[in-house]
Amino acid sequence: MSLPMATPDTDIDLWLKQQTDKSLLRFLTCGSVDDGKSTLIGRLLYDSQLILDDQLASLRKESHNRITGDEGIDFSLLVDGLTAEREQGITIDVAYRFFSTDKRKFIVADTPGHEQYTRNMATGASNADLALVLIDARKGVLTQTRRHSFILSLIGVKHVVLVVNKIDLVDYDQAVFDRIVAEYRAFAEPLGFKTLAAVPVSALRGDNILAPSVHTPWYDGTALVPYLESIDVSEDRTAEKFRFPVQWVNRPDLDFRGFSGTVASGSIAVGDDVLIASSRQPAAVRRIVTMDGDLDRAVAGQAVTLVVDREVDISRGDVLSRPGETPEFSNQFQARLIWMNEESAFPGRSYLLKVGSQLVPATITDLKFRTNVNTLEHTAATKIDLNEVATVTIATDKPIAFDPYAANALTGGFILVDRLSNATLGAGTIEFGLRRAQNLTYQSFDVNRDVRARMKGQAARIVWFTGLSGSGKSSIANLLEKRLTAEGRHAYILDGDNVRHGLNKDLGFTEAARVENIRRVAEVARLMADAGLIVLVSFISPFEKERRLAREIAGDIDFTEVYVDTPLAVCEARDPKGLYKRARAGEIKNFTGIDSPFEPPQAPELVLHGGEQEPVTLADALHDWLKL
Amino acid sequence: MTTGALTHLQSLEAESIEILREVAASFERPVMMYSIGKDSSVLLHLARKAFFPSRIPFPLLHVNTTWKFREMIAFRDSMAEKYGFDLISHTNPDGLRDNINPFDQGSSRFTDIMKTQALRQALNAGRYDAAIGGARRDEEKSRAKERVFSHRNANHAWDPKNQRPELWRVFNTRLNPGESMRVFPISNWTELDVWTYIYSEGIELPSLYYAKSRPVVDRSGTLIMVDDDRFRFEPGEVPRQEVVRFRTLGDYPLTGAIRSTAATLPEIIMEMQASRTSEREGRLIDSDSVGSMEKKKQEGYF
Repeated sequence: MSLPMATPDTDIDLWLKQQTDKSLLRFLTCGSVDDGKSTLIGRLLYDSQLILDDQLASLRKESHNRITGDEGIDFSLLVDGLTAEREQGITIDVAYRFFSTDKRKFIVADTPGHEQYTRNMATGASNADLALVLIDARKGVLTQTRRHSFILSLIGVKHVVLVVNKIDLVDYDQAVFDRIVAEYRAFAEPLGFKTLAAVPVSALRGDNILAPSVHTPWYDGTALVPYLESIDVSEDRTAEKFRFPVQWVNRPDLDFRGFSGTVASGSIAVGDDVLIASSRQPAAVRRIVTMDGDLDRAVAGQAVTLVVDREVDISRGDVLSRPGETPEFSNQFQARLIWMNEESAFPGRSYLLKVGSQLVPATITDLKFRTNVNTLEHTAATKIDLNEVATVTIATDKPIAFDPYAANALTGGFILVDRLSNATLGAGTIEFGLRRAQNLTYQSFDVNRDVRARMKGQAARIVWFTGLSGSGKSSIANLLEKRLTAEGRHAYILDGDNVRHGLNKDLGFTEAARVENIRRVAEVARLMADAGLIVLVSFISPFEKERRLAREIAGDIDFTEVYVDTPLAVCEARDPKGLYKRARAGEIKNFTGIDSPFEPPQAPELVLHGGEQEPVTLADALHDWLKL
Repeated sequence: MTTGALTHLQSLEAESIEILREVAASFERPVMMYSIGKDSSVLLHLARKAFFPSRIPFPLLHVNTTWKFREMIAFRDSMAEKYGFDLISHTNPDGLRDNINPFDQGSSRFTDIMKTQALRQALNAGRYDAAIGGARRDEEKSRAKERVFSHRNANHAWDPKNQRPELWRVFNTRLNPGESMRVFPISNWTELDVWTYIYSEGIELPSLYYAKSRPVVDRSGTLIMVDDDRFRFEPGEVPRQEVVRFRTLGDYPLTGAIRSTAATLPEIIMEMQASRTSEREGRLIDSDSVGSMEKKKQEGYF
């Protein structure tokens, strides 16, 4: 049997061993718009012969009318994957690319240069060992270059290669290169990179990519790819303190109880003592279980299942360590935050914080300062906007186990999640823990409506139902309340039944009494909304003036006037409480619709036709409209 | 490599196991897509490892278009029996009733009805909040940008411009009512990684991946295997026996075979290393138009 395409002396086992033994380098490319990141990655893929025939054919077709190198290809087309990007000609989201040489495998995160997508750059950096910082030789060091370099240092990328691209467009001028490198080194000095190299390249033409270019005889460093193949980025995480965040409790039957997770750092062996961070309970490792058989020892990066020698309470989110080398366990810490959402961050807001497998409610208790990413200067601030970096203190609802990010990225890096939309709002790196007694700074923010509402996972508002007696206001309000409650929201209905019999039982039905009735209800609604509730007010409220009063009392609280427009004949036919009958008989005076007018709202936010659709349909429609 | 002690494949394996465990721990009703191909086979192997000695704590879902290679179905059932996982097979009943097939409707419409719509039906019926898939970032350009935990709205649609930032291995698994997550544990694997892993772990695959003499017809350069008597021949067309194998598996009338004599895993890997065409070329659905995969994903295709 022949081995097609294989060289005669190929030994498949040897070859496969060579493949699996290759080391892996994860790097990212960053820089400003149009610096040529996508072109550079396309070039790397092309030069490592990873562009296949069918891709090449379609590429040549698409490269028509674009700037191309000698190969007739616009390399950026290879990596600009999304249609939106093709149309806009910019890279808007981080893309992962794979290539390998004889010496190494590479995973490349191609990250966006456009300012509004800086959050994606931080994403790419979080899993990278090294960064290529691209600079257009014609433009030099730009704001984006500084911003991205600062984010690299914040995320802890230790190795940087300054790639001065488009060197062909400055006539391979050494002076230009030297000036850019000097400027960048001066800026990057306080950022603490372990290694910083600089290479002059033309990604389009291929200069100094695979081999030294004849056009830059003055450059005596290595070409880019050989440099990436040889740089040592390894850090011996096995020698660090043992950290094992428990991900999943493995319990197939009553006889087996194991704790599954990935060793974040350090190593552990059968017989070793461990301590549970939350309870401080000790135990000893009895087995290290994998499907391939039990291990004697597990090291950083391995996904295993630990069995301990005694019955202890361990659940998801717990962190195991060695006694005497425990992580911090606290509910307060100082951190640096990168904000990644259009909605700004404010002290006092409640978010969900996830670090490792721990998820807890958390609040920014103090915004110490914002860091100007261009000058690295600190400035005072009251909020953090999209793409800004700030130093904050954070309080969690219960203590969590963590390490400073500089000591351990996997137990010191966290994300903040919005409690309403569940969007990822920001990412943070823990600097150090704060002791509870000394540093509680709750007085630095006001407990206000917004804070209270967010604790309930909602936005406070008043929904005011107006309409004739029997129009269906209360039925709709009740159904809406049920649905909101089922969704975990906190709502409350104010209606004639629970107000007239208590708070307003001293009021009759004269015009003055009705105005006072509405005023009191509106005030109560405002207080309840201020407490963070969704308040549903179901009152006939027949007069435009009263409804306007209610809206004025609500002030800045979101106020929705819902007119349940049901014809009088329908209401009278329903007559659930027999009131119309009694009003017609003259037993009740001033009854709305009979001998007292109903002024239809002039500009309600929403009209529901109670005579045409079922209350449940209307309640659902209202729910959708309110976008709760 | 930052971990120092593990090989490249070992760290990829550990990363995938961590992702699978995160799904089991964070979602109420996860499901794993099982397409019977090599990536699915790797995924199944990883899931068995992730939860050992427990059984896989979620069902496997196969969207059956009824046009899969017959051998795939037999292989699927033998795996379910051997490893004792819960298997759910779903076929779009509307498509079945209307006799939707790749010959009359064409690949695009057929795929929409029997795959995309069928998948939506199955996910809705199971009220699954997380669906695990075997897609890899090296497969296709729009996949290169997808998150490991990829958010879907209540209509199963992907919004590529509004993806959640995904840092370190801290995955945001939170959902609002009706929303769901697609999870891709082998995002960071390449095709070569998959093959070398299959080799080193001894993972079973359907024999369609290995070269054998099979009855095929040549449709403008694409070799289509005649797997059953539902095949529609063009006038004068006669199947020929050729030694072929498949690089990907799917619906037999839509999956091109390649001429190859690679009958063992080492031969396949060596051949693949020397090959000059990308894996998805054999799949007819991707070449419909530029950006077609991205469009399908926005509509809910996996």
